[in-house]
Amino acid sequence: MRWVNRQVRRSDRLMLGALPILLLVVVYLLLAVSRHAENPADKILPLPGAMAESMYGLIFQPDQLSGQLIFWADTLASLQRLGLGVGISTLAAITIGLALGILPPIRATFGPLVTGIAVIPPIALLPILFIALGLGETAKVGLIVVGIAPVMIRDIAAHVGELPREQIIKAQTLGASSWQVMIRVALPQAMPRLIHAMRMALGPAWVFLISAEAIASDVGLGYRIFLVRRYLAMDVILPYVAWIALLAITMDMILSFASRRLFPWAHGVGH
Amino acid sequence: MSTLLTLRDVWVEYGDKIVIEKLDLDIAEQSFVSVVGPSGAGKSSFLRLILGQEAPTRGRIELDGTPLVPECGPDRGVVFQRYSVFPHLSVLRNTMFGLECPKAPLSGRLFGSARRAARDEAAAMLEAVGLGDSFDLYPAQMSGGMQQRLAIAQALVQRPRILLLDEPFGALDPGIRADMHALITRLWRDYSLTIVMVTHDIREAFTLGTRVLALDKRRHDPHAPHRFGATVVYDLPLDKPVDAPEDKDHSITIDENGNN
Repeated sequence: MRWVNRQVRRSDRLMLGALPILLLVVVYLLLAVSRHAENPADKILPLPGAMAESMYGLIFQPDQLSGQLIFWADTLASLQRLGLGVGISTLAAITIGLALGILPPIRATFGPLVTGIAVIPPIALLPILFIALGLGETAKVGLIVVGIAPVMIRDIAAHVGELPREQIIKAQTLGASSWQVMIRVALPQAMPRLIHAMRMALGPAWVFLISAEAIASDVGLGYRIFLVRRYLAMDVILPYVAWIALLAITMDMILSFASRRLFPWAHGVGH
Repeated sequence: MSTLLTLRDVWVEYGDKIVIEKLDLDIAEQSFVSVVGPSGAGKSSFLRLILGQEAPTRGRIELDGTPLVPECGPDRGVVFQRYSVFPHLSVLRNTMFGLECPKAPLSGRLFGSARRAARDEAAAMLEAVGLGDSFDLYPAQMSGGMQQRLAIAQALVQRPRILLLDEPFGALDPGIRADMHALITRLWRDYSLTIVMVTHDIREAFTLGTRVLALDKRRHDPHAPHRFGATVVYDLPLDKPVDAPEDKDHSITIDENGNN
């Protein structure tokens, strides 16, 4: 049988998917054990016990200076920044993207500006944001927005612009005004695409969040990773990275589930 | 019968390319006009003119004696070959769309008793096109024939002065096409519609129409083919018995399952 035709059953799929991950873990453990055999104080590849021990402190024991549970304070701060950044960008994408996509005069006026902003590397704007907005929360959220909003806006605008002309015409022959074409024809059809755009934007959003936190912050997942790097504390960095991965996967799954649940018509409901 | 649509000396030009030249035409109320012609002979441009999707370069188009605004409006309904239903709305909501828009300028949605009235009107129209038991389906769950039925119901619920069909049955297979022919003929008779249908299918044009228009170029310059536009080269009124016998069975499907 050709490989392109080999379908994998659901149970087998879970097993096959877990295989490379388990393999990676085993390889890591082997390497860590062999390094510790040579040097019991090795910090580069910590053993699971060491990781659990230092994470226990961060998760359950209040920090002596601030009295906070550091792990949860970091998570909360980062999620808040990420949520604000992605939320503002999503709002901008659906309003501006919709108007750009469906109203030719708006597209002609603001299309080039959005394209221009979208091609600037966002990190190059970070100094401007720090100068203009200070080193506080606003600048970090601002970086995420500057980084992902233009891409999302362009994606939504392009999607709305590609709606079949026939649909727009049909809506008008049914008595719809420009506003009604926007909210009853274009907006609902842009919603699944918006969720898709959010899923695509979450990756870059994390990059900008970690960057902003690494440069100027006093709390946050990215801040912690870059802080403990100075002590080669891989026993904190590795669990933090795994936690970020877990958060990202969870968000992606929630969005994907929401899209299928809210917009079944967009996901090939069965014939 | 009185004249509904008048075209006088209508020209359509794109730059120096002439698509339609010197088109003079009167379309009577309650007629079923089929438009045929080779590809590129301006059939689509002709339809877009009447639809208001584009304006004539020269000349004048009148609907009911008033000049036509070059913008689509609710007085002209349309069914395209594809994409003329909204994929994100159920069958019932698709049909209610035309009833909701004019009455709810801000939200585009009706509530309460107005909504129930619109729902009942839409439901009646869906019964008439044979979608009586598919109210909650989405277009993606329906066959091509059912989608076209929906598109027709959607247009008719608006009670347009004139119904424009742009190769509406071109993408359907022959059996279903025959069903749709019976359906559109019945609707045309029941609702006293005026229909302009563009088609590639000569047989369809003659079976359905009360008048067949052939669009083509009258003259041809081999060195500058784009300098002459198309116009009506044949205008054939078809004498049909006015009171054609009603279809024997009332069902609009010819197969027994009725599942086209």
